Amino acid sequence: MAESTEPMDTQENRRDFLKYFLGGGLIAWLAAILYPMMAYLKPPKQAEVEVTSVKAGKVGAVEKDSGTIVRFGNKPVILLRNAAGEFRAFSATCTHLDCTVQYRKDMGLIWCACHNGRYDLNGRNVAGPPPRPLDEYRVVIQGEDILISKKA
Amino acid sequence: MKTLWSKTYHWINERVELDGLVEFMGKKYVPVNSHSIWYYFGGVSLFLFIIQVVTGILLLLYYKGGEALAFESIQFIMSKVQFGWLIRSIHSWTANLFILTALIHMFSVYFGKAYRKPREITWVTGMLMFFLAMGFGFSGYLLPWNELAFFATKVGTDIAGAVPVVGKPMMVFLRGGEEVTGATLSRFIGFHVAVLPGLFTVLLGIHLLLVQRQGMSEPLSYEEESPKERKTMPFFPNFLLRDMLLWLIVLNLLAILAVFFPWELGKKADLFASAPAGIKPEWYFLFMFQTLKYIPGKVFVFDGEVLGIMTFGLGGLLWLLVPFWDRKSSRGERNRFINYIGLFIVLYIIILTIVGWIL
Repeated sequence: MAESTEPMDTQENRRDFLKYFLGGGLIAWLAAILYPMMAYLKPPKQAEVEVTSVKAGKVGAVEKDSGTIVRFGNKPVILLRNAAGEFRAFSATCTHLDCTVQYRKDMGLIWCACHNGRYDLNGRNVAGPPPRPLDEYRVVIQGEDILISKKA
Repeated sequence: MKTLWSKTYHWINERVELDGLVEFMGKKYVPVNSHSIWYYFGGVSLFLFIIQVVTGILLLLYYKGGEALAFESIQFIMSKVQFGWLIRSIHSWTANLFILTALIHMFSVYFGKAYRKPREITWVTGMLMFFLAMGFGFSGYLLPWNELAFFATKVGTDIAGAVPVVGKPMMVFLRGGEEVTGATLSRFIGFHVAVLPGLFTVLLGIHLLLVQRQGMSEPLSYEEESPKERKTMPFFPNFLLRDMLLWLIVLNLLAILAVFFPWELGKKADLFASAPAGIKPEWYFLFMFQTLKYIPGKVFVFDGEVLGIMTFGLGGLLWLLVPFWDRKSSRGERNRFINYIGLFIVLYIIILTIVGWIL
């Protein structure tokens, strides 16, 4: 009895060793193939110039009661001027599903055409599906220039 | 001529034993019943897929990828290349008709419970092809790089991004970055002309092989009839000729649509323009789009859109797996519950599509 189990044990040990050795090798081999592929699929981070403020034109060029899209780095920003002539700026990216919003004179609101989301002129989501208000940007008038910058 | 034909046949037969295949085809019968009309929609979908492959390859010969080239190259195809307008118009129209015929095919199989044992794999491969077809539609829509496509892609990929845990990495993978840019366009071209066609062809091969091997399914009520009362028609040539006639009619319909209602190109995408009023996705995404409009921003503690997306995802999964949870039909029993679900879904899709179209 004792004589026969010992060789069996050694055999099984040897088999286990081979199983883990080959199995582990297979996994390592797969990882060595899959890892570069997965890493390749991940787009590299492009070096972006961090934009903190942009010049959005001259005060005289922007009509009262209007809204225009301004480039802020690689993001769109909506610059509003109300009937009283005051400026405000918000991120133009709808907080719902990423569309670009627009100013609707007839509604006196910021409106997103994609899913009928509405924001008031303070950027607060007032109707439709948007879950959050629009991020506000700071508008500074320097002489004739309109400067838009990120709120700290 | 005749001898050349038989010589060729003989040459091939000697090597790969064609006789067995010919005998199989000769013995193949298609059931004839009051639901036979639905048997043709799979074939029509196949025909439309073939048209997509052919016109797609033709378009690829002139199409140029990239933010600065894509829109202009389609303009070039439509205005300078001989019959370019026709090829592009047919490709766009066929894409839409394909989704339509595949939808009809899918629902007819569903209501006929043709997915029941032993045809579960045929159903699953068909459903996977339908999901791929939606992927084809979504990725192909971006390739002209126009305004509508740009926002549709922003919304579509953002929806993917709202899925918990895997959503964000999936969105970055689809967009080729954080935002929809030229990098997204490059990826979508890859999906549209290489990844999806490859996967689709494999599934289509399995699907057709199973249909040939197992034959057409019959409605449960017909299985109860005695074999003598059940009518059939030979697949070759009777059914095949009818198929061909229908394909010819569909081709004519396509030509009429492509010529008299040419597909528009629209305005080139501008990354810094507001989404235009009246923007809509393709009609087959419209019912989901319309649903998302109605869900409020917050439902209890859940994000409205996440809830909507998860519901559609779960619904799609249950639909895909219907042969495995509808045990009754597999046992050959009637299951009216399945009909009610199907009817509800059909009505839901039709009503929300119309509402989305009008509003």
